[in-house]
Amino acid sequence: MIADYSNLAMVTSVVLYLLAMTAHALEWASARTARVAEPALVSVGAGETAGKPAADAPVATDRPVPSRRVELFGRVGVAITVVAALTHVTGVVLRGIAAGRAPWGNMYEFITTSLAIVAIAYLVLVLRYGMRWLGLPVTLLLTIGQGLAVTVFYVQVSELMPALHSVWFVIHIIAAATAGAAFNIGGIASILYLLRTRAEERGRVRGYLARVPSAEALDRVSYRTLAFAFPLWTFTIAAGAIWAQYAWGRFWGWDPKETMSLVTWIVYAVYLHARATAGWKGRRAAIVAVIGLFSFWFNFVGINLLVSGLHSYAGI
Amino acid sequence: MKNLVAWLRFAWTTLTSMRTALILLAVLGVAAVPGSLLPQRPTNPVGVSDFLKAHPDYGPWLGRLGFFDVFGSAWFAAIYLLLFISLIGCILPRTAVYLRQVRALPDAGPGRLDRLPGFVSGPVTATASDVLADAERYLTEHRYRVRRDAGAVSAERGYLRETGNLVFHICLLTMLIGLGWGSLFSFKGTAIVVEGQAFSNTLTQYDEFGAGAGFSSSQLAPFTVRLNSFDVKFEAGTVQTGAAREFNAHVGVTVPGSPEVQQSLQVNAPLQIGGDSVHLLGHGYAPVVTVRDGNGDVAFSGPVVFLPQDANFASQGVIKVPDGRPERLAFEGIFLPTAVSGGASGMVSAFPDVLNPELLLNVWTGPPKVETGQPESVYSLDRTGLTQLMRDGKPVTVGLAVGANYQLPDGKGSITFDGWKRWTKLQVSNSPGGWLVLGSVMLAVLGMALSLTVKLRRLFVRVTPATITPDETTPAAALRDAGGSSLTAGSSGSVEPTVPEEPARDEPASRRAPDTMTVSVAGLDRADGRGGLTDEVAALAAACGLGVTVTDTNEEEPQ
Ligand code: HEM
Repeated sequence: MIADYSNLAMVTSVVLYLLAMTAHALEWASARTARVAEPALVSVGAGETAGKPAADAPVATDRPVPSRRVELFGRVGVAITVVAALTHVTGVVLRGIAAGRAPWGNMYEFITTSLAIVAIAYLVLVLRYGMRWLGLPVTLLLTIGQGLAVTVFYVQVSELMPALHSVWFVIHIIAAATAGAAFNIGGIASILYLLRTRAEERGRVRGYLARVPSAEALDRVSYRTLAFAFPLWTFTIAAGAIWAQYAWGRFWGWDPKETMSLVTWIVYAVYLHARATAGWKGRRAAIVAVIGLFSFWFNFVGINLLVSGLHSYAGI
Repeated sequence: MKNLVAWLRFAWTTLTSMRTALILLAVLGVAAVPGSLLPQRPTNPVGVSDFLKAHPDYGPWLGRLGFFDVFGSAWFAAIYLLLFISLIGCILPRTAVYLRQVRALPDAGPGRLDRLPGFVSGPVTATASDVLADAERYLTEHRYRVRRDAGAVSAERGYLRETGNLVFHICLLTMLIGLGWGSLFSFKGTAIVVEGQAFSNTLTQYDEFGAGAGFSSSQLAPFTVRLNSFDVKFEAGTVQTGAAREFNAHVGVTVPGSPEVQQSLQVNAPLQIGGDSVHLLGHGYAPVVTVRDGNGDVAFSGPVVFLPQDANFASQGVIKVPDGRPERLAFEGIFLPTAVSGGASGMVSAFPDVLNPELLLNVWTGPPKVETGQPESVYSLDRTGLTQLMRDGKPVTVGLAVGANYQLPDGKGSITFDGWKRWTKLQVSNSPGGWLVLGSVMLAVLGMALSLTVKLRRLFVRVTPATITPDETTPAAALRDAGGSSLTAGSSGSVEPTVPEEPARDEPASRRAPDTMTVSVAGLDRADGRGGLTDEVAALAAACGLGVTVTDTNEEEPQ
């Protein structure tokens, strides 16, 4: 009964995310047609220092005054996302109530919970820091992710396997989902950074790319989110190892999922070192961050589907 | 000789450079991937042989290159050993630099402040010492370490950043030491214990046992675990039917010199006995049978451990009756906890719990065996010297429900299926050094959090009598007059201001009165990805009585 309401909420959230994504796509499309004032391109040049907005806010770019249409679509997109996120969180909570436990027992529940955290983190970034330029990629991610969750990964409510009855498991999952949300947002910022630097080099920053912050600011957003996520991910792996010690009597066993978590961790360690190494700053570091995001997703979903190990949970 | 030294020096600096560390890390990450995607011998030997069967062309090559035991392979070890040498070579010099830095005052800063990322300058009506005192107050309040020179204040904060970074990297080392220690002295063994039976912690009682090179059997804590009963619950509903829901082993634990203590052993809740941990790893069924031989004597009676083959616990096993006379007997077959007809083999199990138990066996007979003393697996049958019992040209298949009895043809004996018991697979392990690994990891997380969040920032305030602004082209004489060799155009690096004392002290009284001074405030962040510099420069400028807009040359610099 409650489980049915949860399902309804989840499916509704997919539809709403899709609508929000459409709104942001329209925002982009109208930004494309709106003529972009040339000075937006010059922001890259050194010496162009006077009259800048306080460049500390990650948002700060000198972009042209947006047209009314662009602004309207953008606001509508955010408004729909707020409703979608509320529905989504309701779905997760109801799922937990229906199961009588924390809703982290299988792939479906992990994905829906992690994406709820992504949605909340995104809305905080938009409403507090004005980072609305994340709208299109994030709603795209949420639409695809939630869409796959309710179609491919869906399983009915059931109890937990005995191995999952552990405080450390709960800690492990919360840390993993939060770190995952940050990896996603950092990865999106890195992808945008790569697109934006390419456009800047060609001197053709137009449309959507003209509306995202400068490459430098994108780089900073990416670094800050990943610098937040990395210690948390380290902690996630440590908590998982402690849990494994309780459940299986060994804290590390090179299980495929464990191994891939370590690979993800190493990729982000490479990212942090890359930023501190001449010749690796900027583009190469951003590419490493994108590889890290793929590695994270592959570990999260791919390993469970392709490789069997101790971490193959009930119902995928 | 000289060449060798030069070469070694080159090798060392290359190996310990940040770039090498970066590349080694990347290589380590790439090298670990096949260990995740390919089946690995230590964890999944069946998967490896399946893979070799499926890919006879390149499978053996992967095997030869160590791809089925990546984490035990020489090349993987080479990568992480190089990485850790590089790490040591990186930590040592950095620690030395760090210790020197922590004890020293911040340096005086670059010659020209206007080239720094955050810079502001303007006139203030106050004495130089007042301005600098204000600056100093602001800086100490904001936890900067401050250096006061004539006409200038330099400050730095964020030493904890490097502390955290060093702690993190050192913890990686201590973690490795903990792991190495663990692999030397740890042991891990498993034993199958049937309900009603007991396990004593001695080497002979283990089914499987593995230990590090430094292990000695005196490390095994003396204790006995008796399995009184084992409760299992399986999902009977329509969702995830048959999934395990609860395991609970009721055990009696005896340690020397004290009476038996009743405890409950569950998944995620291991027992801790004398430093060893006892985990519940698996479970299964042991049919209880009574076998009479051709002479009519009971030749075997008791539970026999069968090993589960599928999720519904269809279990395979062998009942050996070496003491049967005139012929010895052996039975080979499966136990089905919930037998239903179906499948190619005729009968399958439909549920993991016992609802309709059935035992299906083939029978083998042969002359009594000469005792060789050779150990033999209890789970497989060595058929040499045995012939399968046939009737009408077909193998005899015994199908027994609980309580049923079967008379073998030709008076060779009989078998009774008395019932069944559960067994549990216990794992006993001890890994010393675990606390060192855990402690290192936790400390590493803290260090990393510090190192990634603490701002590393330097701020500078300089005061010169008015009319001198760094932007103006000022005659050299005026520059000297201002006592600002720090303003010498083009100088780079840190230059000590050469003014011997503060103007306010030795100047005539007329110059002491509040006067119009040019105050320059500037700052820079040493770690990337930080914002807020301009705000802080502005705040410091305001604290010095200056109120102007700040230029920020760093934020939009090209890559
Ligand atoms: C086992 C291998 C290594 C791992 C996993 C690793 C990991 C990390 C991580 C995660 C960071 C960022 C967090 C922090 O700043 O504390 C970092 C920073 C740093 N690492 Fe390593 N590291 C390793 C080896 C090395 C080596 C061999 C060197 C020296 C060549 C080195 C030099 C540095 C430096 C200088 C930083 C600071 C970068 C900055 O200022 O942002 N690391 N390392």
